[in-house]
Amino acid sequence: MHFLPYLLAGLAFGFVMIKSEAASWYRIMEMFYFQSFHMFGIMASAIATGLIGVLLLKRYGRLLTLDGEPIVVPDKPPGRINYILGGLIFGLGWGIIGLCPGPIFSLVGMGSIGALAALAGALHGTWLYGLVKNRLPH
Amino acid sequence: MNAALAWLYAPWPWYVSGPLIGFMVPLMLWIGNRSFGISSNLRHMCAMTQPKSVGVDFFQYNWREHSWSLVFAGGAVLGGFLAGVVFANPNPVDLSVAALTMFSYWNVPIAGGFLPPVLFDLTWMGVIVMFLGGILVGFGTRYASGCTSGHAITGLATLQLQSLFAVLGIFAGGLFSAHFITPHLFSLFG
Repeated sequence: MHFLPYLLAGLAFGFVMIKSEAASWYRIMEMFYFQSFHMFGIMASAIATGLIGVLLLKRYGRLLTLDGEPIVVPDKPPGRINYILGGLIFGLGWGIIGLCPGPIFSLVGMGSIGALAALAGALHGTWLYGLVKNRLPH
Repeated sequence: MNAALAWLYAPWPWYVSGPLIGFMVPLMLWIGNRSFGISSNLRHMCAMTQPKSVGVDFFQYNWREHSWSLVFAGGAVLGGFLAGVVFANPNPVDLSVAALTMFSYWNVPIAGGFLPPVLFDLTWMGVIVMFLGGILVGFGTRYASGCTSGHAITGLATLQLQSLFAVLGIFAGGLFSAHFITPHLFSLFG
């Protein structure tokens, strides 16, 4: 039962990834060529909604989590060069396979062979990072 | 067929899907102080499967503490099945004329679907390109400690400077490969 909210939230997320067409390779290419407002509209309205939602959560500080704890927004670990270089490398891949990790998971559910290959690649890439992590600038 | 059911089959406009994605940020905080994001699951999956004899320290931690995140990813797979198979949109993606023209110029058949078969069906080109591209995605997201959900959505919505750097890097990298690599792939394997 403890995991049910996460399962439902993940289900909603995976559903929206497909229905928004953010998981469509065509849509991502269209975005990188600035040929449609669709993906930019999604990103902008998602960020705005998240921003307002978090502000409301903070304002109504009495509101607790489901477990009854006070809500705290976790901070990203410090760093700069790792965020830029990591982002660049991830972006290079995104501009080719047209999938970021969210859509990879939801397309695997759709039974896509290409998404399975991308998941296998992403696991290898993650492992490779773990292997060379200490030799990279952070 | 009633209107609500038709809505489940149709693709959703940006002003519906965008806010739903953004709502994940306060929702995950409310559920259990979790930062909305998905790519860390790739690390957890490596940690789950790493043999004891290998012992890369980046994967030596108690992944069971992150079970909630793996459950979230499992939910995303299930959601993809529901949206993409059970309630599949019968129509092709409604792309702009400019994009359609570009894809025909690239020799990428639209094939009336959601994804180009040449990349996403079982073809040599598809498997090789998707696997190699996937390596970049997996490596980069871990190096940057997050992907589009963790940085572009959660990070920017909570005003974190590190996420802005990551997003700038992501978009620059994507612009480069989408313009200078991807168009040539299809003639290469033609």
